[in-house]
Amino acid sequence: MQIYLPIAEMSADVILLLGLGGLVGFLSGLFGVGGGFLMTPLLIFLGVPPAVAVASQANQVIAASVSGVLAHWRRGNVDFKMGLIMLAGGLLGSLIGVWLYSVLRRIGQIDLVIALSYVFFLSSVGALMAVESIGAILRRRNPAAARRKLHQHTWVHGLPLKMRFRRSRLYISALLPLGLGFGVGILAALMGVGGGFIMVPAMIYLLGMPTALVVGTSLFQVIFVAINVSFLQAWQNQTVDVVLAFLLVVGAVLGAEFGSRFGARLRGEQLRGMLALLVLAVGIALATQLVIRPEDVFSLTITHGGGT
Amino acid sequence: MRTSLVGLALLAWVGSVAGSRIAVAASLVADLSSHLIAITTGFTGTEVLLFGAKEGPGQVVMIVRGPTSSVTVRKKSRIAGIWMNTDRVTFSNVPSFYAVATSAPLPDIAPPPVLARHQIGFDQLKFDAPPDVDPARYREFRTALVRNQQRVGNFMNEVGAISFLGNTLFRASVYFPANVPVGVYLVEVLLLQNGEITGAQTTPLIISKVGFGAEIFDFAHQKAALYGVVAIILSLVAGWLPHILLRRA
Repeated sequence: MQIYLPIAEMSADVILLLGLGGLVGFLSGLFGVGGGFLMTPLLIFLGVPPAVAVASQANQVIAASVSGVLAHWRRGNVDFKMGLIMLAGGLLGSLIGVWLYSVLRRIGQIDLVIALSYVFFLSSVGALMAVESIGAILRRRNPAAARRKLHQHTWVHGLPLKMRFRRSRLYISALLPLGLGFGVGILAALMGVGGGFIMVPAMIYLLGMPTALVVGTSLFQVIFVAINVSFLQAWQNQTVDVVLAFLLVVGAVLGAEFGSRFGARLRGEQLRGMLALLVLAVGIALATQLVIRPEDVFSLTITHGGGT
Repeated sequence: MRTSLVGLALLAWVGSVAGSRIAVAASLVADLSSHLIAITTGFTGTEVLLFGAKEGPGQVVMIVRGPTSSVTVRKKSRIAGIWMNTDRVTFSNVPSFYAVATSAPLPDIAPPPVLARHQIGFDQLKFDAPPDVDPARYREFRTALVRNQQRVGNFMNEVGAISFLGNTLFRASVYFPANVPVGVYLVEVLLLQNGEITGAQTTPLIISKVGFGAEIFDFAHQKAALYGVVAIILSLVAGWLPHILLRRA
């Protein structure tokens, strides 16, 4: 069954969009990430204009993260203080991201910047996670091997403006969560992702937060960053397609239920290893597209009403 | 904006129908099966039938033109192993849709000057480019524009698509794809005898979004900030609702 997407100005198959939402929802329930890094490239692949894909995806990230936060909040796994500081950075970052987006669109390099950011972040995050989870799996098989120190002091702990985060049991500089939120906010606006795939590993390895709190806290701040991006994109660029976002949300909510049930049966390092492989695979697929010769080296941008 | 556009189109239609019928009523009469294509939620493309009658021998050409717009053509080349946009030409006055259907191959119908005067066929289409674009570059980017528009079905060239029924009646159909640009289209039907145009008629065709999709599009563009707020509220509810339902269950 076909449906006409009024903002994307194209028709697409309803079942396909629901299925896409479902697949990404399943993965987000399984791994605790928003799945935007997978959804946006897939939408662009389906023929949705990149601008509409990025903006509508930000809208669907709101729904996905609200339902995720509610589940984690019930179990007390959200550090609101940490979340609010990251949020302050995130809002500033997304403002700059949306501005950067329209500048890059004007000079015609937006597609390249989006693709390069995806390739860079997906392959580096994927590789780091793969190494870490393989290490964890090996340690589990061989418990006699040296255990890592519980707490390591690095340059990160020398930064000023130290704050106490009771729930996370951390005493770190407020600049860390602020800067992390800022960077991810830019990416959220530019790449149409919630940034969970960067935020989650950064909070674990860089901030040293307990893993149980990371997903809920990251999702909590992602809600507000996604709201900001969604509003700015709708207001400045008129690129949020509610029909598209709604279909993706319905699929994603159902998929997330199955995902989290399935995920409960797997061990943490196995999950992280599988996520790492998935992230790496998407990164490699996108990198290949940049390097092989395109089908047509010319492309068109049509400005409606620009004629005489 | 949509209502004023339709009103304007109706005025144009009344004017052109009256004008063209009087001028060449004797040699050619043609009409479309529909003058309005409504893009509804279930729109997947549609076909419009052209039918008409001509007096005497000759070949028939139909040209469908969409509203004009500016088109930026970008060229990618490989830099440090990566394909990126490196050059561009912006053409203005480019029809967003252009279809030609003929009863015979174009060279057999009319000599190049006649084709050029009426911009019949891809080769005769004239787009405006900035003066600093040299002829070779103009040709290269223009060809790319036509090729890309052909691939998505916005430019069509259908030789022999007009069929005759006896000596006077003819018919043809044009297909409008799902992503067809909206606006006021002009359908021009020409009768050519010995390479000269002896009959012509122009009929408008309106392609417009209607219903739910049109309301969303207008809302998003006219009240962009409010639309953003509504979209966010919908998403918040969509994320919160299943949580409530699942807890009950």
